[in-house]
Amino acid sequence: MTQGEAGLGALSAVSAFVFVFVAAKAADGAFAFHAALFAVFSLWACFAIFNRYFSRAAALPPQEINGRPNYNFGPIKFSAAIAMFWGIAGFLVGLIIALQLAFPVLNFDLPWISFGRLRPLHTSAVIFAFGGNVLIASSFYVVQKSCRVRLAGDLAPWFVVLGYNFFILIAGTGYLLGVTQGKEYAEPEWYADLWLTVVWVVYLLVFLITVIKRKEPHIFVANWFFLAFIVTIAVLHLGNNPGLPVSLLGSKSYIAWGGVQDAMFQWWYGHNAVGFFLTAGFLAIMYYFVPKRADRPIYSYRLSIIHFWALIFLYIWAGPHHLHYTALPDWAQTLGMTFSIMLWMPSWGGMINGLLTLSGAWDKLRTDPVLRMLVVSVAFYGMSTFEGPMMSIKVVNSLSHYTDWTIGHVHSGALGWVGFVSFGALYCLVPWLWNKKQLYSLKLVNWHFWISTLGIVLYISAMWVSGIMQGLMWRAYTALGFLEYSFIETVEAMHPFYVTRALGGALFLIGSLIMAYNLWMTVRVGEEEVASPVALQPAE
Amino acid sequence: MTDHSEIDKVTGTSTTGHEWDGIKELNTPLPRWWVWTFYATIFWSIGYWIVYPAWPLVSSYTTGMFNYSSRADVAVELANLAKIRGEKMVKLAATPLAEIEKDPAMLALARASGKAAFGDNCAPCHGTGGAGAKGYPNLNDDEWIWGGKPDQIEKTIQFGARSGHAKAHEGAMLAFGKDGVLKPAEIVTVANYVRSLSGLSTGAGYDAAAGKKLFADNCASCHGDAGKGNQEMGAPNLTDKIWLYGSDEASLVETITNGRAGVMPAWVGRLDPATIRALAVYVHSLGGGQ
Repeated sequence: MTQGEAGLGALSAVSAFVFVFVAAKAADGAFAFHAALFAVFSLWACFAIFNRYFSRAAALPPQEINGRPNYNFGPIKFSAAIAMFWGIAGFLVGLIIALQLAFPVLNFDLPWISFGRLRPLHTSAVIFAFGGNVLIASSFYVVQKSCRVRLAGDLAPWFVVLGYNFFILIAGTGYLLGVTQGKEYAEPEWYADLWLTVVWVVYLLVFLITVIKRKEPHIFVANWFFLAFIVTIAVLHLGNNPGLPVSLLGSKSYIAWGGVQDAMFQWWYGHNAVGFFLTAGFLAIMYYFVPKRADRPIYSYRLSIIHFWALIFLYIWAGPHHLHYTALPDWAQTLGMTFSIMLWMPSWGGMINGLLTLSGAWDKLRTDPVLRMLVVSVAFYGMSTFEGPMMSIKVVNSLSHYTDWTIGHVHSGALGWVGFVSFGALYCLVPWLWNKKQLYSLKLVNWHFWISTLGIVLYISAMWVSGIMQGLMWRAYTALGFLEYSFIETVEAMHPFYVTRALGGALFLIGSLIMAYNLWMTVRVGEEEVASPVALQPAE
Repeated sequence: MTDHSEIDKVTGTSTTGHEWDGIKELNTPLPRWWVWTFYATIFWSIGYWIVYPAWPLVSSYTTGMFNYSSRADVAVELANLAKIRGEKMVKLAATPLAEIEKDPAMLALARASGKAAFGDNCAPCHGTGGAGAKGYPNLNDDEWIWGGKPDQIEKTIQFGARSGHAKAHEGAMLAFGKDGVLKPAEIVTVANYVRSLSGLSTGAGYDAAAGKKLFADNCASCHGDAGKGNQEMGAPNLTDKIWLYGSDEASLVETITNGRAGVMPAWVGRLDPATIRALAVYVHSLGGGQ
């Protein structure tokens, strides 16, 4: 038995015991429920560790087989599969809340499925559950392949993927039960935050040690971006979440920051969740999967260096543009806005490197819908990263802020960029991980591509129109100096656009269902890759 | 860069010589337009920092060339608005309601101001068009619980009904059933009598004489012998086919059994006197004013 197995096994046994007591003594029902989940998870982990020990070969899987790295794909398979599940769940909840906005009766007067609780469930499911699992899966895959070594750690990679998804479970069920600290994109309460901190540190270690023991002289560009993503998310999470629990046996806590400082921390965090989770991490995916799929060299090494450092240096300043015309001091607003403007070209550096990698391979867009998905995602990335700096300009922001334009902007990035680049990566990963020659059906990928693209176009154009209309209606004055429209009139005017948006979301969801079917069939009936260049995996 | 670099046939550019899992990199120089646009955004930002407040210092910040402040901007905008509205709003607050309605210019001003205030303050209960809902009076019809003359409307807006304000309209519909004044069967009888006042059908086995007596003994003190209501007490007219809580027997039984005491908040102190005056004019002009 390894030290890791003994240690983690004992720790989970103790923790199962402790959490049973915590559940019994809990101050509120939600905390009792979550403590019980922790107990069950610990007990299961303990069982799984010992079960694995008794059923595995005496020696741990070797680092290399016949001089080739013995890649560890088990945790990646889990993460890739569950990403698809969370994606569909998140898109579905998004569709439900879009319909609730168009038809409020769909809240059914039930607290658990009211808009206020489902909205963070949607954002966390798509960003952290779907996006997070895609990032973990692709980072664990790319770091092994581009370093030519087996993933560091024995139990640690499994701890990361299972622990991360357990965090998602705690966060998501918490929202439905009304547990929230009320910080956008950082809603989970203190105990979920602590657990995520542990998981994230292990993630960083697994990734970093794999990079350190690499067999390549240089570190591949995707790994710079993955590392920037992992390190910065850790810093953001710790900066935004310090709080004091009311009781160690209850779910409620109070954030250490107050007033405008809290707002500033929140949007420093919020904007860099976009910058480092949804941008740096997914740019890493782009840097591996686009050249791989197009079978072309990356357009410019120099551009990748310059735009990488410019991007990570400038992004971290841009948060205050979320707080224009608020109690935040003018000087901070100025910095937020100007750094957002300076961020335009560093962002486009990534787009250029993605798109121009296609030079000499543009014809493949006609025949390969997966590559088309990846390339369109980069185009959406370029569009969003132009729109973002533009919206950060104060005069533009005075029209756009608090309107649906923001929602449209977020979704052109989320559906177009993050969604499509993730879909492209999963379409590549699944045949590779399960050792299949190709996808079950490229035709279905093509259907997915067009249905989802239509959905995105409907979604974002509806939100642009309704957002700008909303902003104009809010600021309209009559000749006598009174507001032209009451708030409720602006809400009424948005109804048709809300319906259109829901339709766009439904199309996007349908596309993802086609994808799930396609991937499932690829794994079930896809033809095995015989002359695999990859060493065969021991069963995990 | 290294000995492994080669020339890419498609672009004619050399690679860097690095390779990871089959992925190579071209050594393409930075696109010139990209570099220049990046520089331009940096120079523009530096210029912006010079003009506007930008960098924090130890206990202050760089204020920029013109001492810009967004708070001052808001003050200017509010002053501009006051200029557009001008002295007219001041005059409006000081002019008796009857005179406002005679002066077309002042009436237009009051209605514009009232409409804006109504949408954001009154519409949540009374509806955007003032059509009301169950428990929230329709402001377009001729039924006025607390009086439909402009000054009566203004008083209702100022102090509300059962709002907790000392000058609020008080008096509530009693809970005849809950308080044991009437038996359930009597309540059904009197409910049918109330329906008959508006010419609505009555239930089988309804005793009209008993209903009339019950009404006279219990209801007439507020609603009047003929059921015409009393605005002094906020007792609605029961003969005009306008119903705040519904006219079906079940709703009436509910009303008589448990009473009704809907609340209208007091707006004095929350809205300025000119706005309240404008609202009174606006509501009066909705169609049902007396």
